[in-house]
Amino acid sequence: MDCNGYRQENHEQNLFPKPKVLVLEPPPVFIYHEDKLSQKFHFLKAWDSPLPLDQFLTTHAHSVQAILSHGSCPVTTNTIRLLPSLGLIVTTSAGLDQIDLQECRRRGVSVAYAGSLFSADVADIAVGLLIDALRNISAGNRYVTQGLWANNGDFSLGSKLGGRKVGIVGLGSIGLEVGKRLEPFGCNILYCSRNKKSSVSYPYYSTVCELATNCEVLIICCELNDQTRHVINKEVLLALGKKGLIINVGRGAIIDEQEMVRCLMQGEIAGAGLDVFENEPHVPSELISLDNVVLSPHRAVHTEETLMALVELVIGNLEAFFSNKPLLSPVLLDE
Amino acid sequence: MGVSNTDSDKTQEEEQQDLPKVVLFRPPAAFSLIDEESFTSNKFHFLKTYDSQLPVDQFLSTHSHSIKAILSSAGAPVNADILQLLPEVGLVVTTSAGLNHIDIPECRRRGIKIANAGHVYSDDVADLAVGLLIDVLRKVSASDRYVRQGLWADKGNYPLGSKLRGKRTGIVGLGNIGYEVAKRLEAFGCFVSYNSRKKKPYVSYPFYHNVCELAANCDVLIICCGLSDETRHMINKQVLSALGKEGVIVNIGRGNIIDEKEMVSCLMRGEIAGAGLDVFENEPDVPKEFFAMDNVVLSPHRAVFTPESLKDLSQLVVGNLEAFLSNKPLLSEYVDKK
Repeated sequence: MDCNGYRQENHEQNLFPKPKVLVLEPPPVFIYHEDKLSQKFHFLKAWDSPLPLDQFLTTHAHSVQAILSHGSCPVTTNTIRLLPSLGLIVTTSAGLDQIDLQECRRRGVSVAYAGSLFSADVADIAVGLLIDALRNISAGNRYVTQGLWANNGDFSLGSKLGGRKVGIVGLGSIGLEVGKRLEPFGCNILYCSRNKKSSVSYPYYSTVCELATNCEVLIICCELNDQTRHVINKEVLLALGKKGLIINVGRGAIIDEQEMVRCLMQGEIAGAGLDVFENEPHVPSELISLDNVVLSPHRAVHTEETLMALVELVIGNLEAFFSNKPLLSPVLLDE
Repeated sequence: MGVSNTDSDKTQEEEQQDLPKVVLFRPPAAFSLIDEESFTSNKFHFLKTYDSQLPVDQFLSTHSHSIKAILSSAGAPVNADILQLLPEVGLVVTTSAGLNHIDIPECRRRGIKIANAGHVYSDDVADLAVGLLIDVLRKVSASDRYVRQGLWADKGNYPLGSKLRGKRTGIVGLGNIGYEVAKRLEAFGCFVSYNSRKKKPYVSYPFYHNVCELAANCDVLIICCGLSDETRHMINKQVLSALGKEGVIVNIGRGNIIDEKEMVSCLMRGEIAGAGLDVFENEPDVPKEFFAMDNVVLSPHRAVFTPESLKDLSQLVVGNLEAFLSNKPLLSEYVDKK
């Protein structure tokens, strides 16, 4: 750019400065689409600074009005307190356990999140993992590429999906999408959730153990919190039974992973499809050796299309905030 | 026990001798996949040419007077020569949905009825078709491999997949299987259109007169039709080009419906984006080029096989044979489509 152009842009920048947005750690949208985001906003990058966070905030960010965060980036009480002008936290996640919502409520800080943007993608992979685990798709693929079909003959039988009782743990946005997809396959949908949903006709069970006793597949679609941590334990797995399958697209820690590994190794359950693990990206080595398990490397965003939609949503929420318009995907904090 | 008479003094073997006979030229896969017992009945008795020392034509000539039906399967063809030796046969039952191994015109000429597997497999095949599609679009098998190789910890995130919602999916052959596939895909938010021999009057999906036009207007092609003279190599270079660089193909019909060499070529050159295949031109031989492709999912022709469906099959086979022998309508009679 020539001197005149630079001066012009700098002049415009001073007249119409881009709103400042604080980023503590770069979310995936940043990694893929920083250029697009930087066209509209000026990002203060805390992770880039040599200063410890507290100092960075008091030095550079005390006038900041908005934070861009993501699922595994905590926004703590302390951080919020060091930002007296903070009015908005935008997270690229659907989950909110990493943000101190109580402090936000106290301070009147709005929060915008991904809402149900990911629900379809997550539901798709849940069903994909289920079909794979029941019908041995990945295992069959291995069988062919290892030359075993030509040498050893026919591969083993899978199991039918139709008529199977499928228990959805957590009938939120994702759980509902999973139920919707499984219906035309002829599955019988049951569920367990914090509250019974009057708008659905699926049979409701008040505890996960009861649900597991009455179904042959468990699909974990709930969020991780104090009530759900390790809620899938030995009792639940044994109740699910030797022909049972477990699919987890929630959070790794919802399942007692060590116990699940033990059950799989000993044939107490028939198989699993897992997108999440207790200690990502580490996967228990015992699972690697099993043919009846399908392993998926959890991603914050699953598809190109959703990533684009997420970028638009982030930009839309930030623009709305800075022009005093209603947020596109606000979290309802007054509960 | 009642008063004995000559009839009830017959041995079990003799009673069996009186029963109408059903001939088999080879055991159907289902006999070993589930059991043979499920296919038996007290209304008929199996005669197995493969259990006999006699050459087949001699065996058939010896027993022809009592053989009323044939239980066939893929790999056990029923042709004019065989029918010639079995003048009493009135029914051919096959454990397959496909009928390529049966000389249908010859059966018609002789007034022989045909019964196949009907819709027993449709759900399982449709389920696998959708499973393969999700796998290709969302890279399920490829990322499973990635994790097993320890690369998730070493190299970080696997590349993103592609969304199902909004994909224009073209069903090639909207028969029972195609219809079951369409039903499932709708729940994922896919848009369904199809090409079939004829437009289906009660279906609201957009119809395309030829498969090339369908391919040009779709992101995904799912091959659900049977193999016939018309469909052999129907998916050729032209169709694959029309499908395009972002296009995905899933085949749960028959390998020969696709020009396999051309498809390999297209995949190697990135002319289409990926494939999910349960069937191949020369099973169990699969083009080795596929093995290195992360965007291809290979299934060893297992679409129809779950124990549950095979049990359903056994009931259907027995039901058809018993119905025929008591002059009742068949459960899954194959009727020529005009």
